[in-house]
Amino acid sequence: MEVGQMQRRLAEYTKSLFMEGILDAQFLQLQQLQDESNPDFVVEVVTLFFDDSEKLLNDIARALDQQCVDFKKIDAHVHQLKGSSSSVGAQRVKNACVAFRNFCEEQNAEGSLRCLQQVKQEYNLVKNKLETLFRLEQQIVAAGGSVPMIESSF
Amino acid sequence: MGMATESQFHVLAVDDSLIDRKLIEKLLKTSSYQVTTVDSGTKALEFLGLHEDDQSNPNTSSVFPNNHQEVEVNLIITDYCMPGMTGYDLLRKIKESSSLRNIPVVIMSSENVPSRINRCLEEGAEEFFLKPVRLSDVNRLKPHIMKTKLKDQKQENEEDDDESGKPVLQSQEEHQQRQQQQHQQQQQHHHQHGNSNKRKALEEGLSPDRTRPRYNGVTTVV
Repeated sequence: MEVGQMQRRLAEYTKSLFMEGILDAQFLQLQQLQDESNPDFVVEVVTLFFDDSEKLLNDIARALDQQCVDFKKIDAHVHQLKGSSSSVGAQRVKNACVAFRNFCEEQNAEGSLRCLQQVKQEYNLVKNKLETLFRLEQQIVAAGGSVPMIESSF
Repeated sequence: MGMATESQFHVLAVDDSLIDRKLIEKLLKTSSYQVTTVDSGTKALEFLGLHEDDQSNPNTSSVFPNNHQEVEVNLIITDYCMPGMTGYDLLRKIKESSSLRNIPVVIMSSENVPSRINRCLEEGAEEFFLKPVRLSDVNRLKPHIMKTKLKDQKQENEEDDDESGKPVLQSQEEHQQRQQQQHQQQQQHHHQHGNSNKRKALEEGLSPDRTRPRYNGVTTVV
């Protein structure tokens, strides 16, 4: 595939992530902060997000599996996950966390379990999509092209 | 850690989240600040040269200014929600310290809780940023640093006598002082820019007032 075609594909793919609400404007902020002094900034931050999320999701699953569920502890984990997902612009993960916290407040174990599944699902989705996005970027760079900046017009 | 030059102000950023530390560091560096990041309020106080005397006073949380602050810090930006010492606790300790109280403090939080925001502003925070923090937020930091610079100069001249770690109250007097400083700042702008740039100078001089966070700027953060 020629570079121009790959660039168009990347642009379309990125746009679809915003249209589907998987990413929000915060992701554009991250991209705007990336410059020559730190060309891998977005990948670095998003990788931290992956590591952090996986650890938190495990902690939450373990805490929900206890005989006596500590909802305060779970809420603290979900709060962290909400924070980091909103910092990278993973909008649907963030929204799922907001719903999750309501069930924590109600001390609703069943609702919490459902929310955990929901958060996991959204997390896997955004992880998958971002990995594809980064792969497309790498392919363009490998082919000698540059990664076009997306305009923040939405 | 490099020397702080005149053009580069030094910001201490406090956040327990690694992702958010990376983010705020990058935001500040992009805006040409020198940045130090720490992951807790305790470490922030250590960096500022303020040590808690846990050994002799295990039940009180009084702080003692130990050695003089080695690195000048022009502004502290801290997360609100942190395990152990919260951003609010850190703010209070800074405002209770005679050596640190003049450093402007900005609080960041992912939650828009008006009572929390007001509590921080009443305790002397300059701004309250909703997370995730953006470049447009960071652009609002400079007036606070400039204001403090003027305040410091003024205090050096007058050598205040009642600086003995009293809790800071937002008194009427201080409010007037603030307005005076802003007035001074405007005048300084006039002076610096000369008449040809009068309009621009006026706008710059007024901007801290317009974006005044204390009671009306909060909702615009969103």
